[in-house]
Amino acid sequence: MEELIKILEDVRDDVDFANTKDLIDGKVLTSFDIIQLISTLDDEYDISIPAAEIVPANFNSAEAIYALVQRLQG
Amino acid sequence: MTNVIEMLRDSAERFPENTAFADPEKSVTFGKLYDVVQRIATLLLKGEASVPFEAESGVGFYMEKSVDAVCAMLGVVRAGGFYSFIDVRQPMERAGAVISVLEPVIIITDDENKDTLKQTLTAMENSNAAKALNSPYYILNSRKLISPQIILVSDLMKLAEGCEIDEGLLEFSKTVAYDTMPLYVNFTSGSTGTPKGVAVGHRSVIDFITEFTEVFGIDERDVLANQAPFDFDVSVKDIYSGLLTGARVQLIPRDYFSSPSVLMDYLTDNEVTTLIWAVSAMCFVSIMNGLEYRLPDKINKIMFSGEVMPVKHLNKWRSFLPDATYVNLYGPTEITCNCTYYILDREFAKDEAIPAGMPFANEKVFLLDDEDKLVFDAHVEGEICVGGSCLALGYYKDKEKTDQVFVQNPLNNRFHERIYRTGDLGKYDEDGNLIYTTRKDFQIKHMGQRIELGEIEVSAMSVDGVTRACCIYDQKKQKILLYYTGEAEKKAVTESLQRKLPQYMIPGKTEQLDEMPMNKNGKIDRGALASRK
Repeated sequence: MEELIKILEDVRDDVDFANTKDLIDGKVLTSFDIIQLISTLDDEYDISIPAAEIVPANFNSAEAIYALVQRLQG
Repeated sequence: MTNVIEMLRDSAERFPENTAFADPEKSVTFGKLYDVVQRIATLLLKGEASVPFEAESGVGFYMEKSVDAVCAMLGVVRAGGFYSFIDVRQPMERAGAVISVLEPVIIITDDENKDTLKQTLTAMENSNAAKALNSPYYILNSRKLISPQIILVSDLMKLAEGCEIDEGLLEFSKTVAYDTMPLYVNFTSGSTGTPKGVAVGHRSVIDFITEFTEVFGIDERDVLANQAPFDFDVSVKDIYSGLLTGARVQLIPRDYFSSPSVLMDYLTDNEVTTLIWAVSAMCFVSIMNGLEYRLPDKINKIMFSGEVMPVKHLNKWRSFLPDATYVNLYGPTEITCNCTYYILDREFAKDEAIPAGMPFANEKVFLLDDEDKLVFDAHVEGEICVGGSCLALGYYKDKEKTDQVFVQNPLNNRFHERIYRTGDLGKYDEDGNLIYTTRKDFQIKHMGQRIELGEIEVSAMSVDGVTRACCIYDQKKQKILLYYTGEAEKKAVTESLQRKLPQYMIPGKTEQLDEMPMNKNGKIDRGALASRK
């Protein structure tokens, strides 16, 4: 989880990823950030996130992103 | 042809029942569109919906794109005016700066955006009150600041329904029209901190679109999926290619570029044939695995521009849609969309640059070296310069900036020949294709947006407690890095930038330094900053 927060902070260093729960719904992350985030996640965790998984619920918080990564790795 | 409305008039005659524009909620046929446009123009010219409207009047649009927005903007054009879309996502302060330059007589908006617009205008009036004496917005007699009139697009459409077309009035408006009058003004980042408005005339669009649609064989059977927001000139290719050929323009809402499955369903269900997209949008689909999810297999033409296309992503598209024609388009807004194109005729290796290619007909594209001599030889770098009818009218109300880059061709001492110096560096390959190499200044392309790093630096320097600021761009990580000196807290700097700049201009990383590295000429040593990361 700490590693993921680091990755997230590398995408945007002005967002409190540990505590924000509405990254997408609250329009905290832009679509540009999401693209950058997804390509980083793909590289760092060696996964490929299917388009159908790219929905707000999976990206609203660091926990949700963590759960998604774990699911795809499993 | 001397006015873009002739494109619409002809298509309305040839294909009255074909859909011209569609968004997820609404669509309009060419016949109906021409009718509505004539009604809106009548309304405007009669002054029934607004202040009296004259030729060359500017109208701002503070709303997202939609079918209604298209009707209104073409109505403005039919009445002899020009339009300018103002990005609604930018902070109020910057939108205010854009409106101050544009000084529109009317701003058309919608329910969603009207409150922000009103707040923006109020803030502007307060801050402008002091400088008002020099502004045409200020009428000495009444000592009153004149704000642009706000009209809701829904009200305009309703009024238009009930308005009889006044042929005589419309005919008269044609007598004062000419083909080098402005059609639109697009705002782009300015290095001194104020966005600059690129004004483009009818002639340039007619000239370019006629050639563009012919070269790529766009016709009435095509469905163009419009990705670009209307404040970007990539959208000009969609809008006017549709109007000229009778093709349908399917508007994609901005939000769809956050949910790939919604986007891919929309493209497929609407049987899209043609993508004229920003490179960043192409990469979005490829990174998000959109093509795996659902393949819009009617697509046969894919054209991209704005940045150098990463071959990795291009290859992914090609593996899914191998029979489509792929075209790399090159050119800045100042020369009306694009000046060169390259139709991909072979595979490219991952480290290879896709050429910008050859000029479109009726466009003069050439390279000038450091001494303003013409470059002939392959592999020799020079500044890319462009001449011809495609040239913009200049930066709106900014003669100084206009004169810096729209200049007399230094190779021509025989007659007046205006060229645009792009500030892009390029060279030719063995086949004579132009290859873009880099910028000669501090303009960057970041996530499809054209940004002057100077604009970010000026904004950072205006924060209390910041003494110096310097931005560099990490191309590899695609990240804007801001370095500053002074006692201001990092958080305060970022928060202040967020109030002034659009999100895409906010640095991905901000670092406070004790001292700014300087070179021996007393300038900030950007190389030293770049090697810090």
